[in-house]
Amino acid sequence: MTSEPDRVALRPEQATIPPGHSWNRIPAIGAACAVLGGIVCAILGAANPKQFFFSWLVSFLFFLSLALGALFFVLFQYACQGGWGIVVRRIGETVFATVPVMAALFVPLLFGLQDLYPWSVPGAAEHDALLRWKAPFLNVPFFLIRAAIYFGCWSFLTLLYYRLSRGQDVTGDPAVSARLRKFAGPAIIVLALTQTFASIDWIVSLTPHWYSTMFGVYFFAGSFVGFIALLSVVAAAMRGAGLLETVITPEHLQDLGKFLFAFSAFWAYIGFSQFFLIWYANLPEESFWFRARLEGSWEFVSLLLMAGHFGVPFFYLMGRAVKRRGWTLAVGGMWLLAMHFVDIYWQVMPTLHPEGVRPSVLDVAAFVAVGGCFVAAAGWLMRRQALVPLRDPRLAESLAFENV
Amino acid sequence: MAFMFVNQLPPGPYWGILAEFATPADLYHACERVRDSGFTRWDAHTPFPVHGLEKAMGIRRSPLPWIVLVAGLTGAAGGFGLQWWVHASAYPLVISGKPYFSWPAFIPITFELGVLFAAFGAVLGMLGLNRLPMHHHPLFRSKHFERVTDDAFFISIESWDPRFDPSATGKLLESLGARTVELLES
Repeated sequence: MTSEPDRVALRPEQATIPPGHSWNRIPAIGAACAVLGGIVCAILGAANPKQFFFSWLVSFLFFLSLALGALFFVLFQYACQGGWGIVVRRIGETVFATVPVMAALFVPLLFGLQDLYPWSVPGAAEHDALLRWKAPFLNVPFFLIRAAIYFGCWSFLTLLYYRLSRGQDVTGDPAVSARLRKFAGPAIIVLALTQTFASIDWIVSLTPHWYSTMFGVYFFAGSFVGFIALLSVVAAAMRGAGLLETVITPEHLQDLGKFLFAFSAFWAYIGFSQFFLIWYANLPEESFWFRARLEGSWEFVSLLLMAGHFGVPFFYLMGRAVKRRGWTLAVGGMWLLAMHFVDIYWQVMPTLHPEGVRPSVLDVAAFVAVGGCFVAAAGWLMRRQALVPLRDPRLAESLAFENV
Repeated sequence: MAFMFVNQLPPGPYWGILAEFATPADLYHACERVRDSGFTRWDAHTPFPVHGLEKAMGIRRSPLPWIVLVAGLTGAAGGFGLQWWVHASAYPLVISGKPYFSWPAFIPITFELGVLFAAFGAVLGMLGLNRLPMHHHPLFRSKHFERVTDDAFFISIESWDPRFDPSATGKLLESLGARTVELLES
């Protein structure tokens, strides 16, 4: 296969963070947040380990879900040979390249398994027929093996896609794109299975008696909305900071806005379907999970999610002009990122605080610590690389993209 | 049924003027000039979508999204309201021990009717805005125009455009590179 003479669609200096630019400080700021958050977590967590582990789990899941959403975004762009999104693909690649960092941030949770997961307490199954029946799946060694498999699969996929895409910046070999496209279909299946099982292991098994066959899709829907929201914010912020100003155009922003609109509606569809079937059948072993979230102050959070994760963005993002301006899209993105956090908080925290919403300093500290690591890792990669896949064969197509 | 839109023909002996162009690029630039000359009642006809042509023609954004929004919200409100009335007022029945007004049970039909009405709004709104269906059109009298679905590109300017003049408009189109220019009777 002969490659045609390299047409340079974009010069490298148009797509890197110039020296002295304020974005060069992002890794340092992230690292400082991580250290600060980590210290607060250590001090307050020692006094209240149970709260610490739940807070850490929420923040860990929030940032991990963004990375997994990014992985899905890039995989399906390859699988369907999407052209428009090439200019924002590297942002996604950078976000999912943080997966090995997320694996390290998972480790602290292992010290709190018994605080988090009732089935992991020795003897828990003795007087509990359901736990006994589930024990072949819900036991600590198998739980650890599964976690290793999840992170192994994700690390393999993220490193493969990240490294080959970076390598193409140097070689310009179009065969790389073809190879990654062929691999994208099976990779999506692997991601779907591991992400589903991981959400069941880490969220559903907080209440090991609960059943919901829809939960994996629900977690996926949230993770994808979260990532597109992050991508919208980052793309708009880059333009605001004078990076990729001529590369990412209002046309790309509009498509990101469409995704945000569509998938916040998809999240609502899945979330409501899960609730609806359980509410309608009204079987005690299913409905107690929602009952806990519809009592006391948790009911307010449930209503906030309905209105904030679906209703408000649905009407806000409907118009065309809102999606094409950087700052209005970024407002929608920030809002949905916040709602995605509330969503994960709402999934996890009622198990710890069934009496009502009990915000804790540790929630903030864990968020700052995990988020600091996430931002530092992504910011560090951004400094070392082109912000766009410079020699992807379809880059010119993406640069010229226009909505019809 | 009289609700269908009737195509209004401009008064006078001519329906308008039809110019044929050889390539999409010729058509595109000709459209820019026709737009800049201040014509308002005119159209371009191509065998396939030409990207950016709507800008070259200066077409304003379609009001169709608003029609779809209003239709969708009407469907959703109607679906919800109908179930509310039926279940809580007209025929109150206890179903699996739930209250008469059990809003979650109403959501699937609310959603479906919202989607259905939005789709009706989109299709019927599009037809209405385009004055379709239309069983005949004066353009079809042109022999050249048969190639519009094949390999030719056209601009038609209607005679009820305030700037229309049978000879001057024809000369303008010729100067823009038209292959043929044809005056069509109404």
